[in-house]
Amino acid sequence: MSAAASAAGTAATRRRRVPSLARQRRWALWGAYSALGVFVFMFLVPPFYMLVTSLKTSAEISEQRTSPWLVAHPTLANYFDLISNDNFRSFFLNSAKVTICVVALSMVISVLAAFALARMRFFGSSVLATGVFLTYLIPDSLLFIPFFRIIGKLGLVNNAWAMVLIYPTLAVPFCTWIMIGYFASIPKELDEAALIDGAGWLQMLFRIFIPVAMPGIIAATIFAFTVSWGQFIYPLAYLYSSDQMVLTVGIISDLIRADVFQWGKIMAGSLMAAAPPVVIYAFLMDYYIAGLTAGATKG
Amino acid sequence: MRRFLQRRSTVAFLMCLPLILLIGGLVVYPALYAIYLAMLNKRMTQFVGLGNFEFLLRRATFHLVMFQSCLFAVTAVAAKALLGFLLAHLMHVIPGRHQRIWRGLLLIPWVVPLALSTLGWWWLFDPSYSAFNWLLAKLGAPTVPWLGATGWARFCMILVNTWYGTPFFMIMYLAALKSVPEQLFEAAAIDGAGAWGKLRFVTLPMMRNIISITVLFSLIVTFADFTIVRILTNGGPRDTTHIFATYAFQMGIQSGDIPLGAATSLFMLPILAVASFFILRGVSRRDREMAAA
Repeated sequence: MSAAASAAGTAATRRRRVPSLARQRRWALWGAYSALGVFVFMFLVPPFYMLVTSLKTSAEISEQRTSPWLVAHPTLANYFDLISNDNFRSFFLNSAKVTICVVALSMVISVLAAFALARMRFFGSSVLATGVFLTYLIPDSLLFIPFFRIIGKLGLVNNAWAMVLIYPTLAVPFCTWIMIGYFASIPKELDEAALIDGAGWLQMLFRIFIPVAMPGIIAATIFAFTVSWGQFIYPLAYLYSSDQMVLTVGIISDLIRADVFQWGKIMAGSLMAAAPPVVIYAFLMDYYIAGLTAGATKG
Repeated sequence: MRRFLQRRSTVAFLMCLPLILLIGGLVVYPALYAIYLAMLNKRMTQFVGLGNFEFLLRRATFHLVMFQSCLFAVTAVAAKALLGFLLAHLMHVIPGRHQRIWRGLLLIPWVVPLALSTLGWWWLFDPSYSAFNWLLAKLGAPTVPWLGATGWARFCMILVNTWYGTPFFMIMYLAALKSVPEQLFEAAAIDGAGAWGKLRFVTLPMMRNIISITVLFSLIVTFADFTIVRILTNGGPRDTTHIFATYAFQMGIQSGDIPLGAATSLFMLPILAVASFFILRGVSRRDREMAAA
């Protein structure tokens, strides 16, 4: 880097007088910092405003003379009201129930399949791997109408368990895809050593592949979690009653009654609902990003 | 029987069986079923062939839906790609140990579930309490009917989608930028290339594949978006801002005309197929390059 920079520097000096290289680079750095600062500021406006609104009473929200961007008398009443609200608690529990089941189901399906596709060539395995990738590209907004009929026939209309049935279609293809990449990067010598020691395929998977590919498994789990926690179109189409709704649809339907918008509570509810993915992200950022870029940098 | 069960291909097939059942039963079957549904009449008693598609193509509202979907997807993806590229370069200048915190902050729009953050945007665009309008009024500028006028409503959707998707582009491009070998830039510098020359002859060719995969992938996702439009305008004012997914929802679920809804969402299929084809080509080309390297 420094060699390249000094080469560019001497080339430039020949043409005209320039400030010293160190100064030039310092300016570039400060320029980058300030530009990024502007972007961070703009990106965080909506979450900040949600937080400000959630700390206000309804009276303060409808007060038009003071600045909407500031809060004069902060209160946590909106949060406490929601926590003690039976409906909101049930949305949260439904979201948790659905998400935990979907994550467990998706990970079992995709780890088993990825292991077979990465290590055990069999008839049609490459077609299946391509098929998995193509499935990932089919959006939920194409399938929600046929699912509406299918769920109706199965008698699962307005039932949160229907989500456990459908959500894996969103999580499994990508999870399988990144697990194939992680498993394929494990050296073949490890399998051979295990085979010589007399391990079976399942033993090999559980004793070697899963421990070694743990970062990939964490990344895939995070992906499955965020997808099923934030899914919107399916619950909106198939869940009608408060006891079955999940957070993403429950907040809107429960806190907006006949054009009465309880904005303070809507924002407080949204922030609480957004907390689990954000907390996971805060603690496992590197795995989160590894999952995001898995398609870009490897396999 | 025991020997058969221990054969490698049998074990592999059994391990893939849940995946095959999932894809077959919950993706391929519904997709084919959607095509079948789209060819029935409203009460689903009679087969009408391509009648629903013809009917949609003759409706002025649907022309607007097609136009709006393309406008939304193309503009939003272009904005996200450009901003993401810019951000990735800015981020690349910053030394490694400071990158983490900036990256962490910039990814927040992508981490918050879209259905929830769009509620925050909706409140920012509220007709009577819009906080943006309050700022505009303070500056003495006229207030803006954010979601009340078609043009502004379109702008708002694109803005929210850009806000949400730019971090994804930034992360993808940053990963690609980091994988460009430093020697290439040094060689370009020795050959007398300036910043523009390096971008044009080193960065862009090296990142071409990632750029095209990311753009096409985002095109699919943006084109099929539902959440933003549904929450912000639900198609209004007067059905001028619907895109395929929200129009299909209104037809199929709310008005109860399932075949028409299915037909609407199937109009997305050609664009998805073309984009998928090129993504797959890009991915396999990269795999070959990786294998050759």
